[in-house]
Amino acid sequence: MKTIIVVGNGMVGYKFCEKFVAKEESKNYKVIVFGEEPRPAYDRVHLSEFFENQDAKALEMAPAEWYTENNIELIVNERVTDIHKTTKKITTAKDREFSYDYLVLATGSSAFVPPIKGVEKEGVFVYRTIEDLEGMLDYASKLKSKNANAKAAVLGGGLLGLEAGKAVMDMGLEPHIVEFAPKLMPRQLDSRSSQVLQLKLESIGLNIHLSKATNQILGDKSIVGMEFGEDDVLDVEMLIISAGIRPRDELGKTCDLEMGVRGGIVVNNKMQTSDESIYAIGEVALYNQMIYGLVAPGYDMAGVAVDQIIGEAETLMPEEIDMSTKLKLIGVDVASFGEPFMPASKGHSIIFENKTQHLYKRINVSLDGKSLLGGILVGDATDYSMLHQVYLNGMAIPEDPAQLILPASEGGAAFGDVMDLPDEAQICSCESVTKGQICAAIESGEATDIAGVVSCTKAGTGCGGCKPMLADLTNATLKSLGIEVKEGVCEHFDLNRQDLYKIIQVKEYKTFNEVLDNHGNGGHGCELCKPLIASLMASINADTANKEYAIQDSNDRFLANIQRNGTYSVVPRVPGGEITPDKLIALGEIAKKYDLYTKITGGVRIDLFGATLNQLPLIWKELIGHGFESGHAYGKSLRTVKTCVGSTWCRYGMDESVSFGIELENRYRGIRAPHKIKGGVSGCIRECAEARGKDFGLIAVEGGWNLYVGGNGGATPRHAELLAEQIDNETVIKYLDRYLMFYMHTAKPLQRTAAWQERLEGGMEYLKEVIIEDKLGIAVDLEKEMETLVNKFECEWTQAINDPEMMKRFSHFVNSEEDDDNLVFVPMRDQKMPEPWN
Amino acid sequence: MEEILETYTATELEHVKVWFKAASTKDFPVDGGACIKYKDKQIAVFNFARLDKWYACQNVCPHKMEMVLSRGMIGDDKGTPKVACPLHKKTFSLENGENLNGDLEAIATYPVKIENDFVYIGFSE
Repeated sequence: MKTIIVVGNGMVGYKFCEKFVAKEESKNYKVIVFGEEPRPAYDRVHLSEFFENQDAKALEMAPAEWYTENNIELIVNERVTDIHKTTKKITTAKDREFSYDYLVLATGSSAFVPPIKGVEKEGVFVYRTIEDLEGMLDYASKLKSKNANAKAAVLGGGLLGLEAGKAVMDMGLEPHIVEFAPKLMPRQLDSRSSQVLQLKLESIGLNIHLSKATNQILGDKSIVGMEFGEDDVLDVEMLIISAGIRPRDELGKTCDLEMGVRGGIVVNNKMQTSDESIYAIGEVALYNQMIYGLVAPGYDMAGVAVDQIIGEAETLMPEEIDMSTKLKLIGVDVASFGEPFMPASKGHSIIFENKTQHLYKRINVSLDGKSLLGGILVGDATDYSMLHQVYLNGMAIPEDPAQLILPASEGGAAFGDVMDLPDEAQICSCESVTKGQICAAIESGEATDIAGVVSCTKAGTGCGGCKPMLADLTNATLKSLGIEVKEGVCEHFDLNRQDLYKIIQVKEYKTFNEVLDNHGNGGHGCELCKPLIASLMASINADTANKEYAIQDSNDRFLANIQRNGTYSVVPRVPGGEITPDKLIALGEIAKKYDLYTKITGGVRIDLFGATLNQLPLIWKELIGHGFESGHAYGKSLRTVKTCVGSTWCRYGMDESVSFGIELENRYRGIRAPHKIKGGVSGCIRECAEARGKDFGLIAVEGGWNLYVGGNGGATPRHAELLAEQIDNETVIKYLDRYLMFYMHTAKPLQRTAAWQERLEGGMEYLKEVIIEDKLGIAVDLEKEMETLVNKFECEWTQAINDPEMMKRFSHFVNSEEDDDNLVFVPMRDQKMPEPWN
Repeated sequence: MEEILETYTATELEHVKVWFKAASTKDFPVDGGACIKYKDKQIAVFNFARLDKWYACQNVCPHKMEMVLSRGMIGDDKGTPKVACPLHKKTFSLENGENLNGDLEAIATYPVKIENDFVYIGFSE
């Protein structure tokens, strides 16, 4: 039996143990671990969380029992003081001696304290261990009892310094960050991103002082200030030093191992020091002339040392080490990967900056535009996982690389499918878990969901940054295996929408609970199945959204469109876009009276924004008094039928597009469908109504109408396809009744006609057979169902304002007449808008 | 904007000093919620009839600091009762306020009791 002694029980030292006991060969070794701190290894990366709950246990990598269970002797509170290379022995501070066959140095680093005059004063701390934190908390509470507005500074505006800044805020002191460089996080960020980060941090209350060299620390016994220049003083009563790290390499010096000029114990790619029985890993190891201050390379080093010791000699530390990081600093996303700074000679940078939203994105692309070299993200790092993978695996990038970082609404598109990644792509860099390992865990049946993948691969247990990608990958793999490609609408139903439609229709269910109790999985519903079943009930029974309002999506529940600040917009129906001057004036007067922001919508209606819940019924009473009715802009239902002016006025018009548009809009108004439906009617082939961009569109031609279906604007624009040519009004209605009803029966939840039609087996030909030739023999039923819906139409707003019980719903408080007092509007171009979000 | 969150702290039953008589049980939808006002606080109250339980939490969603949670749909996430914010469908446990589909800060929850068909919310102040 050979003995391995691990010196240091930090994150990397612990990881060595964890990786070691996972090996079959570990039973042939005895492992002794020494820790100088009083407790077993804890998660130093998340140290600032200690300020939130002061729960040291929560930060533990593993409890003390874990070591016992795995036959590891853990000796805490005892520092190793000497190594005797020739006799292979170590001595501890308690003067005890232990023999080893292999020695692993994982002593980590300590905080670097610059030689500033007065640095020894009371109230000056370093930010490194739980004991440091306890000392700070103690000191801070004493300060606050004397002075509620006490200030504390952090020396160092790097990654750790900003973490310490958060700690100062959490302790309730006024936080100041003092940085020597002219920017924050000088190692990770370029100047512009650093400025964006600074703006954001200042907006949440951090005071930032850049380009400041501290001359001395003022005060008699305790610190009272920092002096930068003659007249440049910052009054602070506490200082946390976070100016970098220094490797804890004193053991290497005492026993004469090869050392770096500026510290660190030199190791080769096997993690061996100049003595082949002694290994060094983590922040004490100097590899390729570098100390790697990140946890992921430290973990990799631990893995290499484990394999080397048990004889798996081919495991070596790679030449290039990925220093990409993503973290949340005081709630702000910051990430950098690959080469964040890149000289212009090596490639081109694409930069997106929005200081008002505190957003910055930069990617560096090779000169030929074909590969991604690195980048920086501040404010929103949701793209990090994908960009990092694209970079690591040298994947192809879009012809216009800007699409990788543009906000989706501005022409950017979701890029890259997780399934396109190579198997060796590292999804979790903290735990070095590859895509192949994750897929294998699922394919072998070991894991059946995300939680399972996490527990059997450990992916996502480090910084957690890979979780979104992990989820995508798990779901995509499950799907590819055909394992429960959960057709069910959510965890509460294994049935899909089409099944539920039939069940509700046949069993004539009238409430959500009936459906859930008879066909659900025993739960209580959720925000996915509730509105879906509400919509199905409406499609089947012609119910309005007033019937069971608590299962409606918020928009349907309050018969209005919820806006950014929780107020609503109001859109009355203006069929075909035809409106009398009197009605137009009425709209204007109502908007004025209630001070509503007014805009013409994309569907050429008039939208009135900023109505509170309490105002909605008042506004609607007036609108209905002027002959308006609900426009269902809030529902998954018919929105508008857009028309051009047609032959009534236009010199080119072939038919009365407005008249027919109004007829169609009034026919299908209020009908609930899987998603919203829009129509268009053009009076000639000039197509001014853009009818082919709608779910159904008509174009007047010689001899009747051409009927197009399945068009879509939106994220994936698609032209509607020709269903029938030169048909008369009556036939249009017959076909449309059948088409819409067939769509309502068979589409998935929230699937527009375009997507539904595209995935319809047999395509357009099949659709024509069903709709025109009635291949399935259901045409009469479809028409009948539609006829019932059309005849049962009722304006739900008229319903609501005439029923005192329903009216109760429209008040912000149930115990007060007051309105939401949290609303703030700011002026914009003679109107108003909600205060912007942070 | 985040300072509004400081108005709300999770209150345990044993720390309740005031039982505020909010409204009649009939004022709340079955399996749904409504908002009540207590001093400067807006509290979302949910009548989770399927579980025969009542829940209360802050009305402000910690995602964008808007007073909207009472208007959200309720349901359960693998057995945990939850509310989904109507703005971006962030979901929160009604039991302990935890954000179930993200890493937002937990929302503050408050004890509820029903006496003589009235809803009382427990506050520590």
